[in-house]
Amino acid sequence: MDTAKKFAMLRQMILLRAFEKKLEELYQRKAMFGSTHSYRGQEAIAVGVCAALEPTDLIASYHRGTGHLIAKGAELYTLLCECMGRADGYSKGRGGKMHMGDMGFGFLGNTGTVGATVPTATGAALAAKIRGSKEIAVSFFGDGAVNQGVVHEAMNLAGVWKLPVVYVCENNQYAMTVSLEKSVAIKRLSDRAAAYGFDGKTIDGNDAEAVYAATCAAAEKARSGGGATFLECVTYRWDGHFGGDPGTGYRSKEEIEAWKLKCPIKRLSEKLIEAGELSAEEFQKVNETVYAEVDCVAQRAEAAPLPKKEVDLTGIFANAEVVNG
Amino acid sequence: MAEAIGNAQPHGVAKEMRVQEALREALRYEMARDPRVFVMGEDVALFGGAYGVTRGLMQDFGENRVRDTPISEAALVGLGIGAAINGMRPVVEIQFSDLLPLAMDQLASHAARYHYMTGGRISVPLVVRNKFATRSGGGPSHSSCNHGAFIHFPGLKIIMPTTPADAKGLLLSAIRDPNPVLCFESHHLYGQRGPVPEGDYTVPIGLAAIRRTGKDLTIVTCGGMVLKADAAAETLKQKGIDIEIVDLRSLAPLDKRAILESVAKTKRAIVLDEGPMVGGLSAEIAAMIQENLFSDLRGPVLRIAAQPIPPPHSPPLVDAMIPDVDQIVDAVMRLAEGGKAH
Repeated sequence: MDTAKKFAMLRQMILLRAFEKKLEELYQRKAMFGSTHSYRGQEAIAVGVCAALEPTDLIASYHRGTGHLIAKGAELYTLLCECMGRADGYSKGRGGKMHMGDMGFGFLGNTGTVGATVPTATGAALAAKIRGSKEIAVSFFGDGAVNQGVVHEAMNLAGVWKLPVVYVCENNQYAMTVSLEKSVAIKRLSDRAAAYGFDGKTIDGNDAEAVYAATCAAAEKARSGGGATFLECVTYRWDGHFGGDPGTGYRSKEEIEAWKLKCPIKRLSEKLIEAGELSAEEFQKVNETVYAEVDCVAQRAEAAPLPKKEVDLTGIFANAEVVNG
Repeated sequence: MAEAIGNAQPHGVAKEMRVQEALREALRYEMARDPRVFVMGEDVALFGGAYGVTRGLMQDFGENRVRDTPISEAALVGLGIGAAINGMRPVVEIQFSDLLPLAMDQLASHAARYHYMTGGRISVPLVVRNKFATRSGGGPSHSSCNHGAFIHFPGLKIIMPTTPADAKGLLLSAIRDPNPVLCFESHHLYGQRGPVPEGDYTVPIGLAAIRRTGKDLTIVTCGGMVLKADAAAETLKQKGIDIEIVDLRSLAPLDKRAILESVAKTKRAIVLDEGPMVGGLSAEIAAMIQENLFSDLRGPVLRIAAQPIPPPHSPPLVDAMIPDVDQIVDAVMRLAEGGKAH
């Protein structure tokens, strides 16, 4: 991987973190509706995966989805407006951060029903397979989703039909407050892939370069007719499950602090600095620029109007052929 | 406005066929016309579907577009959603209405909501076909009438064809619709024969049909109950009572105008449904009629629907559960008597 690509990934990770910090700030002063589902600590996954994709490739996401969207190319202003229930948001304020979709940047949708978009991504891959088109689909989901029936059903179909899909399991080790060891009887979630007849790998989800490399291999396999891959990316969420959850009632402070030392941004930036590919000053500068950019977007979003108080029945059905991007 | 009588003699060249064949003709016609259309479901390819609707399609269009699947109802609908968003026109077959609850989350919380919740950025042109009807031998997991449960979810279109012509025309409209459409196919009607127009024949979703015109009382019904309403109307004709039958054909959107126009004329209404009465389709329609026409009515809007028990196995138990012709005749007589007293 060349320096420019590594630098772009580092910048993206900083952007994802700055966005989450901004959401947290907005949540604390009640400037946004609903909850945050912070992606802090998991940035290497969204960034590493999306850096390996073509613009025509598709992703499906879940409730902790802002990172995936930004990494795939969402507009910050439109995304933040949706989080804040503004009329300018991706869903015009109807969906909030858990319910969006825009094929303009290859985003199949996300939802608050855990595991529910795993079949969506699988179906998008089926469309590509039937048509013979070259796009692949990536399904992002958390460790909590692996015990949903529909996830099992969808992965089985992907195995049977050799669909061009990459399952990216973000194993942050807790489904809200319930630890993984209370939820599954196996050590490695990627072992499940064997039951569906495709490859499963467990990788360090805090290593953006490793995530990128594993996704490149999985994407290449999918695109060349080799079928699906299950990538278990082991990581940790720094914050609670939702805004207002300190995340400490079910996790020790020591555990949280230990994982913060494995920060994906720290890891890549230190590596680049050590290799002489980045100076400490440049790192400082990119941080300042990115945080300033997010501040600027947030000011615009906060000033943006809420939707009108009205029931828009015309929004229920599409009344013409919608191209879906 | 409802179409004229029963759409029994459609224009153009028509061929006599059964409902199953008419559904198959719609699938075959659209698959030949539009390469985006594909069919998937349990036993739909090699076997041709549990009820023979998809027979021959795999031979004609190949296994890529006619797919046998494992038994995974939730994923079939879920994959259908994803394929639809990514530019295809999937037609998913679910063998029984009883199995739709397995896919409830995908249907009700996702397919139905996508367009609204994405601010109109995404639509889901998906068709989910299923067979329904309460009949002996099916029992609690193979003979439910679950259609009423789905009218609660804005964003789903629901069709229920009665005649072979409607079966073709409505299914063709459903495949071309940019929204998710649930197609309820009554087991009671699969064998019904009738003329079906050849070629590009569509019936708009959301329009009821007047199956029989009359002046004394309106029966609003759908699916297999249309046959029972018609048999009751024949009996009542001998007694000098002239029944009008409104066949809904679409449960969502509901053709309120056709219902209200008919009841405004006859001033008496019975809503007849094979599904459960409580919180069901008949409750919704009866309430809607009374809200709009209360002062014109010559009696209460009566409901005749399934008894509040799970669908049983043995024939006498089934007969006791779902509405029969005598029950309809009795209800009409009661309402007609009441009307005279006014």
